[in-house]
Amino acid sequence: YIQPLFSCQFSDSAGYVGFANLPNQVHRKSVKKGFEFTLMVVGESGLGKSTLINSLFLTDLYPERYIPGAAEKIERTVQIEASTVEIEERGVKLRLTVVDTPGYGDAINSQDCFKTIIHYIDNQFERYLHDESGLNRRHIIDNRVHCCFYFISPFGHGLKPLDVEFMKALHGKVNIVPVIAKADTLTLKERERLKRRVLDEISEHGIRIYQLPDADSDEDEEFKEQTRASIPFAVIGSNQLIEVKGKKIRGRLYPWGVVEVENPEHNDFLKLRTMLVTHMQDLQEVTQDLHYENFRSERLKRTGK
Amino acid sequence: PYAGPVESKNEAAMSELVPEPRQKPVVPMKPMGINASLLGYIGIDTIIEQMRKKTMKTGFDFNIMVVGQSGLGKSTLVNTLFKSQVSRKSSGWNREEKIPKTVEIKAIGHVIEEGGVKMKLTVIDTPGFGDQINNENCWEPIEKYINEQYEKFLKEEVNIARKKRIPDTRVHCCLYFISPTGHSLRPLDLEFMKHLSKVVNIIPVIAKADTMTLEEKTEFKQRVRKELEVNGIEFYPQKEFDEDLEDKTENDKIRQESMPFAVVGSDKEYQVNGKRVLGRKTPWGIIEVENLNHCEFALLRDFVIRTHLQDLKEVTHNIHYETYRAKRLNGSGGLPPMTVKTEENHESNL
Repeated sequence: YIQPLFSCQFSDSAGYVGFANLPNQVHRKSVKKGFEFTLMVVGESGLGKSTLINSLFLTDLYPERYIPGAAEKIERTVQIEASTVEIEERGVKLRLTVVDTPGYGDAINSQDCFKTIIHYIDNQFERYLHDESGLNRRHIIDNRVHCCFYFISPFGHGLKPLDVEFMKALHGKVNIVPVIAKADTLTLKERERLKRRVLDEISEHGIRIYQLPDADSDEDEEFKEQTRASIPFAVIGSNQLIEVKGKKIRGRLYPWGVVEVENPEHNDFLKLRTMLVTHMQDLQEVTQDLHYENFRSERLKRTGK
Repeated sequence: PYAGPVESKNEAAMSELVPEPRQKPVVPMKPMGINASLLGYIGIDTIIEQMRKKTMKTGFDFNIMVVGQSGLGKSTLVNTLFKSQVSRKSSGWNREEKIPKTVEIKAIGHVIEEGGVKMKLTVIDTPGFGDQINNENCWEPIEKYINEQYEKFLKEEVNIARKKRIPDTRVHCCLYFISPTGHSLRPLDLEFMKHLSKVVNIIPVIAKADTMTLEEKTEFKQRVRKELEVNGIEFYPQKEFDEDLEDKTENDKIRQESMPFAVVGSDKEYQVNGKRVLGRKTPWGIIEVENLNHCEFALLRDFVIRTHLQDLKEVTHNIHYETYRAKRLNGSGGLPPMTVKTEENHESNL
């Protein structure tokens, strides 16, 4: 009698071969290795970027933050700061890198401020291309930017010229997700008006923002449509816990009430977070198949190889 | 630890415009209380589901080669493995056809589906192998075919405008059929496996195992295992590619106890104890292919398909293909420049 080596949970029904188990085999390796994701945040100082990132991932990514005064900001150029955090949830490990761009839009003359960002993104593509063409490819690190949250100020009447220039320059290099920051400064009506303005201007300038893929047959079509209809997401972030009806929630306490970050009636925070985590794989795929391949073919054509 | 940026020539040029990104140390997530977990669910784990959906949607390729003398039941076994008529035997090949004078390579493709997962299966048969009077170098056409597939993949990969999903015709698994003589391996077996274990995953199987009793089978397996070891033949799963202790423990057991699998194949069904089973009917009883008391077919099937399918592909891609690629890019390695027919005229980066 030969002891069976593997305990197969599958019933040996006639005709069952067993390769339907392949997705499990694929995942076993991925779960062991963990996943990587790089998110870039771009926007003027003071739009709540850092607070939002902390709220999104329930962590404090910037523990010893130093905020420079205005005089210092005059001479400042755009910096690129990458912070990595390891998050584990239900056995799934994610290595998340958040690339911050302090100094963006601060200078009096912001003419060149997104050039630094473009060079950073290209640099990651260049590095990946170099590694991919090399001889030893066993451990290629993927530092390419998979998604860029672009923060739009709620105080204007739509996109600012800098916003337009930035998005036009970067929509062919990275997945852009426009976000309206500090949404609690707007009433619901003002919010809708602003969203519409932003969308009109995006379309007017031919800017290509990240498109959600069509819902699969088993996905909630309506939910996906609702999510799509909310873009650009109007969000609020908070590092503070406030007690509301006996529960501790993230929010902002005003004399006239409490704004709850995770309340879908107050803002689109949950929609943004859900969209991000359920599309991580697609964001990576579009970065690889579209943005990176464009970079690669341009680059190879240029060097005349 | 998060690796810092690596120095490269391009960086010197870019460093004027790009200040080196300041690398902060990795911040571990703040531990959260049990109550916080209810509020604290982000949803990162859904990425598993996203990947599963992607695998199911795109389907996958699997290419399996069978090598062995005529009449060892290769075609029947492949049909049994995939419970479909996928081999040469089923696509118009006539049993009475003459044995070819040289080794031929015949690739037959099928699309089979199970549980929503689509598999494009290609069975590569090698009629004529080992059947001549003089079998010297009869493995060369096989090695050439395998390398040609690597070349095809490489050409597509270095293309400037390359396909999103490069078609994968590389051989992921080669089942080598050992004749159940009961004595030992034949010189041809050793020669083949020595040459080819360096370019492809070889899984040796003992064919037509119903010609041996249990004792004869156990002895023969031990002898074969010993011979393979003495001759330094690394069959799949190769020891050097065990990734961690878990893999090593699992694979050691397979390497030292189960392999080579002694199999019986059949595409005929019989009624046994009220169930329909695949088997061979003899006057002294019915040999049930999927009965572990009768033969090790089920072990082979579970091994190749249910647990190590993905790994077979990964070792092919990450090890064998990379070895080929490194040789080609270095411009030497004794490989003659290959001309592989491609459909269109691609701009190449080679």
